[in-house]
Amino acid sequence: MSDDTDLLLRRILTDVLGLKQNQASDFTEDTGLFGHLPELDSMAVAGLLTELEDRLDIVIDDDEIDGEMLETYGGLLAFAKAKRKTA
Amino acid sequence: MIPLTWSCPLPGGGLAQEYALTFDHGRARRLLVIPALFDEANRLRRFTVEVMRRLDQAGIDTLLPDLPGTNESLQPLHLLEPQDWADAMAAAARLFEATHVLAIRGGCLLTPPGVPALHYAPAKAPAILRQMLRARTLAAREAGREETREGLMTLALAEGIELAGYRLGAEFVRQFEALTVANKAIEIAQDTIGGSGLWLRAEPGDSAVQADALAAVVMVALA
Repeated sequence: MSDDTDLLLRRILTDVLGLKQNQASDFTEDTGLFGHLPELDSMAVAGLLTELEDRLDIVIDDDEIDGEMLETYGGLLAFAKAKRKTA
Repeated sequence: MIPLTWSCPLPGGGLAQEYALTFDHGRARRLLVIPALFDEANRLRRFTVEVMRRLDQAGIDTLLPDLPGTNESLQPLHLLEPQDWADAMAAAARLFEATHVLAIRGGCLLTPPGVPALHYAPAKAPAILRQMLRARTLAAREAGREETREGLMTLALAEGIELAGYRLGAEFVRQFEALTVANKAIEIAQDTIGGSGLWLRAEPGDSAVQADALAAVVMVALA
């Protein structure tokens, strides 16, 4: 089974940030998220994590959430991929 | 669209004047709209009113009341319980002589009995609470404080808590956690409307296409 985490994650960010279709495909590993995009406040990040859980069928504990994982697109993607492997 | 006030029952008896938006031309089909809850209410407010505009064009009267303690309401939210919200919506349905109800997201938890209801993308109470607790732990972490969801929940059940800017009493949290959809309703899933739900947006958004779609589903159901 090919890993569709990247695609799903871009879709979630598109929905949460209200991006235009394909705008999220410009995201690279280094694209800044939490702390870089003003609209991504704590409420939005909470929503983002809840959507991640629902759509990737994973559970995210409080102590797994750290600044590094939320700071860049690459960080979040690596986290989501690792979670799905162990889910 | 006319803003008005309506007489809402208070928990200890008596009445308070609460605010509502309405399209009321004394028509046969009269729809009570129960808003989404907490921060989702803000993100979906414009969408909700856009759906009401379309229903007005289609000959359907609508009333969108405030939940006591939210929006323009002067009631102290931390003294209220979810049952007071449900009672308020039941009272609004009676006063407006609603023939139908459209509840949105968490609003589906407050649908009054005895009126045919439509539920748009119903949200579960524990999920709503969990997300607000998570937002608070994230904000705390950013500020250099360590809070956990379990710790906050214990605090909330003991002495109440402020979540997403809403001051909730301990009894509110206890009841809300166990709240489920009580009455039968036709469910309208987001898949039917198309696109992604506007409650997901970090910033309040708008979608004419989605408003058209939801209004169309409501019109068919009320026909």
